[in-house]
Amino acid sequence: MIVYWLCFILFLVGLYGVITKRNLIKIAISLSIMEFSTFLFFTLIGFREGGVAPIVDPADPVKTYVDPLPQAMVLTAIVIGLATTAMLMSVIIRLYRKYGTFDIREIKNLKG
Amino acid sequence: MEVAISIITGLMIIGALYAIHAKDLLSAVIACGIVGYGLVICFLLLKAPDLAIVQIVVETITLIIMVAVVLDSSREERYLKPDPQGYMSIVTAVLLIVVLFYFFRLAAASLDVFGNSTLRMADAYLERATDRTGSANLVTGVVFDFRGYDTLGEATVLVTAVLGILTILRIKGKK
Repeated sequence: MIVYWLCFILFLVGLYGVITKRNLIKIAISLSIMEFSTFLFFTLIGFREGGVAPIVDPADPVKTYVDPLPQAMVLTAIVIGLATTAMLMSVIIRLYRKYGTFDIREIKNLKG
Repeated sequence: MEVAISIITGLMIIGALYAIHAKDLLSAVIACGIVGYGLVICFLLLKAPDLAIVQIVVETITLIIMVAVVLDSSREERYLKPDPQGYMSIVTAVLLIVVLFYFFRLAAASLDVFGNSTLRMADAYLERATDRTGSANLVTGVVFDFRGYDTLGEATVLVTAVLGILTILRIKGKK
């Protein structure tokens, strides 16, 4: 059970970073930390004690396999995470070129 | 098994805390790499080799992009004096964390004990996936056959993201 709690604490660390930090790079890092904790949580749910990786070997059929469904979902999520991070970084590059800073307190034009 | 994964997750938490509090942005990005590569080891321990391969590639690419962005800049997180807005956001974060903690404690009661997954879909996939998809690797069987439309959507997201990045980086900003 302690693994689930540690995984949740990792998520909370990322959440704290997203809310309190004022630096765009730090916010991007915190977002990816939250992503990682979610991936870890999904894989933890699908694990079975004594299981092997879900690759079927016809020569040796009697085995417990770990659950393939959470792994398939995480596989999709990892690639989408890369796409969103790359997009976030490209927005950050544009903002840095225009304002010369990563600090969102100094990017005045974004204030509503 | 649970102890090993707990230790690595603890290291990942320390790496995450350092990444958030580091003064130098380059060390923050590298500390984010600790979390990502720690995740790779967790995947290997949890018997998910496909995920470990994908994660190690993705983490390397992410790290390269972030280092490229940071090296091009002043690399410092500028320190400004804490203002009321800063205190406000810390209070908000702590409140949110307390509330989430409470709800996770409620939800954790319905979780299976670690290592005793009782998800019903798993048995259906494990019994019939090899015959119905012809794939020895059940994960690819699920990704490309049972959840093929999901993967199509993922490809759409990727194309959209690439188009977005091209658009954002190509236009010239107003001076």
